[in-house]
Amino acid sequence: MRKRNSLKYLSVMTWLTVPLLLSGCGSALMDPSGPIGQGLKSLIITAFGLMLIVVIPVIVMTILFAWKYRGTNLAAKYTPNWEHSNVIELFVWAIPCVIILFLGILTWQTSHTYDPHKPIASEDETMTIDAISLDWKWLFIYPEQGIATVNELAMPVNTPVHFRVTSGTVMNSFMIPNLGSQIYAMAGMNNDVYLEGSEIGTFRGRSTHYSGEGFSEMLFDAHVTSQADFQAWVDKVKQSPKTMMFPADYDKLAQPSIGAPVQYFSQVSPDFYGDLIRSYKSGHGGPQSHGEHNQAQEPSMPMSAQAAE
Amino acid sequence: MATDTLTNHDAHAHDGHEHHDAGAMKVFGFWIYLMSDLVIFGSLFATFGVLGTATAGGPTSQEIFELPFVLVETFLLLVSSFTFGLAVLAQNAGDRGAVLKWLAVTFLLGFGFVAMEVYEFHHLIAQGHGPDRSAFLSAFFTLVGTHGLHVTFGLIWIATMFIQISRRGLDSVTKPRMLCLSLFWHFLDIVWICVFSFVYLFGAM
Amino acid sequence: MFGKLSLDSIPYHEPIIMVTATVIGIVGALVVGLITYYRKWGYLWRDWITSIDHKKIGIMYFLVALVMLVRGFADAIMMRTQQAIAAGGAEGYLPPHHYDQIFTAHGVIMIFFVAMPMVIGLMNLVVPLQIGARDVAFPFMNNVSFWLFAAGVILVNVSLVIGEFAKTGWLAYAPLSELKYSPDVGVDYWIWSLQISGIGTTLTGINFFVTILKMRTKGMSLFRMPIFTWTALCTNVLIILSFPILTATIALLTLDRYLGMHFFTNDMGGSQMMYVNLIWAWGHPEVYILILPAFGVFSEVISTFTKKRLFGYKTMVWATVAITFLSFIVWLHHFFTMGAGANVNAFFGITTMIIAIPTGVKIFNWLFTMYRGRLEFTAPVLWTIGFIITFTLGGMTGVMLAVPGANFVLHNSLFVIAHFHNVIIGGVVFGMMAGFTYWFPKAFGFTLSEKWGKRSFWCWLVGFYLAFMPLYALSFFGAMRRMQSYEQTEWQPLMIVAWFGAVVIAMGIACIVIQLVVSIRDREKNRDVTGDPWDARTLEWSTSSPPPNYNFAHLPTVHSIDSYWEMKQQPGGFKRELSTHFEDVHMPKNTNEGPILGLFSLIFGFALVWHIWWLVAVGAIGMFVTFMVRIHNDDVDYHIPAAEVEKTEREYHKRLEMQA
Repeated sequence: MRKRNSLKYLSVMTWLTVPLLLSGCGSALMDPSGPIGQGLKSLIITAFGLMLIVVIPVIVMTILFAWKYRGTNLAAKYTPNWEHSNVIELFVWAIPCVIILFLGILTWQTSHTYDPHKPIASEDETMTIDAISLDWKWLFIYPEQGIATVNELAMPVNTPVHFRVTSGTVMNSFMIPNLGSQIYAMAGMNNDVYLEGSEIGTFRGRSTHYSGEGFSEMLFDAHVTSQADFQAWVDKVKQSPKTMMFPADYDKLAQPSIGAPVQYFSQVSPDFYGDLIRSYKSGHGGPQSHGEHNQAQEPSMPMSAQAAE
Repeated sequence: MATDTLTNHDAHAHDGHEHHDAGAMKVFGFWIYLMSDLVIFGSLFATFGVLGTATAGGPTSQEIFELPFVLVETFLLLVSSFTFGLAVLAQNAGDRGAVLKWLAVTFLLGFGFVAMEVYEFHHLIAQGHGPDRSAFLSAFFTLVGTHGLHVTFGLIWIATMFIQISRRGLDSVTKPRMLCLSLFWHFLDIVWICVFSFVYLFGAM
Repeated sequence: MFGKLSLDSIPYHEPIIMVTATVIGIVGALVVGLITYYRKWGYLWRDWITSIDHKKIGIMYFLVALVMLVRGFADAIMMRTQQAIAAGGAEGYLPPHHYDQIFTAHGVIMIFFVAMPMVIGLMNLVVPLQIGARDVAFPFMNNVSFWLFAAGVILVNVSLVIGEFAKTGWLAYAPLSELKYSPDVGVDYWIWSLQISGIGTTLTGINFFVTILKMRTKGMSLFRMPIFTWTALCTNVLIILSFPILTATIALLTLDRYLGMHFFTNDMGGSQMMYVNLIWAWGHPEVYILILPAFGVFSEVISTFTKKRLFGYKTMVWATVAITFLSFIVWLHHFFTMGAGANVNAFFGITTMIIAIPTGVKIFNWLFTMYRGRLEFTAPVLWTIGFIITFTLGGMTGVMLAVPGANFVLHNSLFVIAHFHNVIIGGVVFGMMAGFTYWFPKAFGFTLSEKWGKRSFWCWLVGFYLAFMPLYALSFFGAMRRMQSYEQTEWQPLMIVAWFGAVVIAMGIACIVIQLVVSIRDREKNRDVTGDPWDARTLEWSTSSPPPNYNFAHLPTVHSIDSYWEMKQQPGGFKRELSTHFEDVHMPKNTNEGPILGLFSLIFGFALVWHIWWLVAVGAIGMFVTFMVRIHNDDVDYHIPAAEVEKTEREYHKRLEMQA
């Protein structure tokens, strides 16, 4: 009897989680604020539902069979040498195959629909923002506005934004969960993701890929604003006395720091983003030796000389 | 019977049969080891394939490869494979003296190969083209160096076999070991042919 | 003289570490003291440390795994405690410097030093017996494999007290693991402990592959092999093909760190994307290395305890083979967010989903094995049913992650953590615990306490759901993995539930320990004289428990899949009759060289971590000389005289008669 109760408890546990996943009040992924996020939400729910078609019967059958064919139930049929049935074999292969066929088609289509590199169709012009991960903060460059910020992002509502993403340090991942897809930030490489905010509000963005000591606090605010508020924000940034020139200002900023405050830069050197990426390809070891996680301990340089022997 | 390989027969099987079986199993096991070693080389080849053009402003493959030199190296290793084959033939004929003779020749040829490779590496490093110069050079030194390290181990193994065979002759212990070593040596030859074609030949063109 | 090593390398200022170290020191001293007091060193050395007996090596693997399970779990509960506290600006009790080491160590230990040795330990104990062999193909190499693995274990534990462990996550993604970003010795400990134990694993793979293909007893064709042996065969194929990739990848990272090369650096042409590709080209097959043998255990357990043939044996085999093959073409699903094109992502997403087909078929086959059976609810069966339900859910979330679109928002979140614990706890741990309970009487001759086994199961099951369902939920609110602290106080209640789940799992682990203690105490009561306590089906149950060191006095002949079951079904039943004619049995001899090689590899690894070059030379030369000594050692085997075999067998039969 104990067994049965516990199994019942188990299935109740399982079922409790389902509405929890689907209700999503205030949940970044289940109550998204942009078209990409909304599309991915319905994709997750569709995939989940499709799989329940096979998952629920399996769980029910497990409990049912285990109970019905328990050793003490001598009334149940017992066929010790029965080991094969073409009909059952057909079904156990066919059912997963059909489900996976549907899921495969869904996967193929949505991989293209929600390809992070694909521009979002819109009447409004797409704007570009460069997101650069540093230790442990985000530098945002607005090449069209000629401004830059640290740990704060603003974007006009209903305007597609082309985020160009790279890193000035180790691998990170750029994500604003309420808006949708994330993409890796890697030094010397130009990655990108298109996102759009369809509701005015402030959302938390972050690095989702572990990058060392200050990772947990590598957060920023993303303000989705009206067009007018965005312009006002740009003007505010332009009031800042600070500038962001490559490489001098950049090297200073790139020094590791945890929980860096929001900073505004009224001017940015032309093609800052391109300069940073190219600095890793120059063959001179990147920009200044920034971004060493542990300044105190200078590593004893490895024995290149010994390698030469 | 002295072997650290276990076979699965009741003891009434003839001892001679058991010898044969233990040796065969050892050779089979060694084949499997070679396959896993091949995966290591495969990973290194893939790495070289990815990084082969990542010169980071340093020298390119066309600038540093000297084909005639490498051709001589290749020739030494190919001939050594042939002489090892002669050693195995001599073993099949039960001619211990000939086995030792051909082992020695193989050793010298292999040693020549390694010496040339060491010279090539030293030359490159002296010119400032060491493995820390660029990802391409890291991949090159590592792939070729890993092969060279294998050949060096092969040389140590040949020397060991030379001592063992001269001390105890061709018996149930040394014979399977010779067969494994022969597989190893030919394997390195095949890997080198790939290195030569993909790294040096394509690189120099 | 001592490279980077100095007295400052010991973290005196970390009370948690110092207390742990003291406790380990006291327990260690106690164990050493007891062994010395009872004068058991000689026994330990002769009968265990130098043993080439596959059964003893299997037991040692499993014992180390259980000890390391406690260590890895201590890390787990520290993490859960930290996350239950560190909300809304609170820093908790673990600074990032310490927290980052803990989640790295937890992953490394649980995969490499708990799950792997459990799998390899079971393979060691069971496979030779199942195929009717007297040992593995290369018994000496088996001993070496174990001691290389042990060297890796020791190295990981040394990092606790001397220096520190990696702060990079369990796969040490470059460039974070490069010298520039991780200048401390943590990553070097990671490198050498995995490199040394990984080589041991590759040797094990080769050894068991040859054993299974070449040492099967008369009549046992491939399609008459027990299903656990089949899964072990596939696992060993995966080991042979994937562990060398790990070896190569770690070697390249080593060259970057030690010789200033540029494989994975940000600059000078290095490619961090290549690191990620290489490590997952190993990493994905690795998860199947762990889960396939667990599938094998469930198949054996379910068939034994329903007293029924396994439904669809051939389908089961082909499904296993299909998974083996497919596991090599899915690795990119670990990094859909790296920015590959839609076609590439879709391809790897779909190949991943295809794995769900053979896996689903397996689950249906287990269900139809229960169908019209007589299921006996023993502890192994509970683990199996818990597995089917839990693993089905984990498989479902796995397929969700395999949809690239969904992955773009779920990647790196707690969803991933919940998913892989769902399949690794629900699959591998449950499987290994089922196998542990099932084969324990074979190894020791008495059964484990059912009561405590079932208690352990319920704690693990309930604890798992309490600990990980909240993480699934939290991921939808944007909670990421590896957070040392977080701002959102509204996450805290679920984090506390998860912490409570971990406490329940701790009770499950305690139950396993109590189960062992109680069962050893009551061993005379639980004694199994027949060698077949479960009325089981495969050859390992046809010999006595524990089996004599030669396993079978006469090698059995096999006529069908469930060969031992068939023997028992013959008219008149199966009688363990004493043979009249015995022969000498050829066996390998124990080896001193194995543990000595392991010791030198430990010295070698430790010296490389700390750049103590003279000690590196000592380790390297030591290994080489030991190996040379072994090669020139002819005294490696012996024959057990027929008289002695007869004596052992007579004693077994006397016990059988007494029981009758």
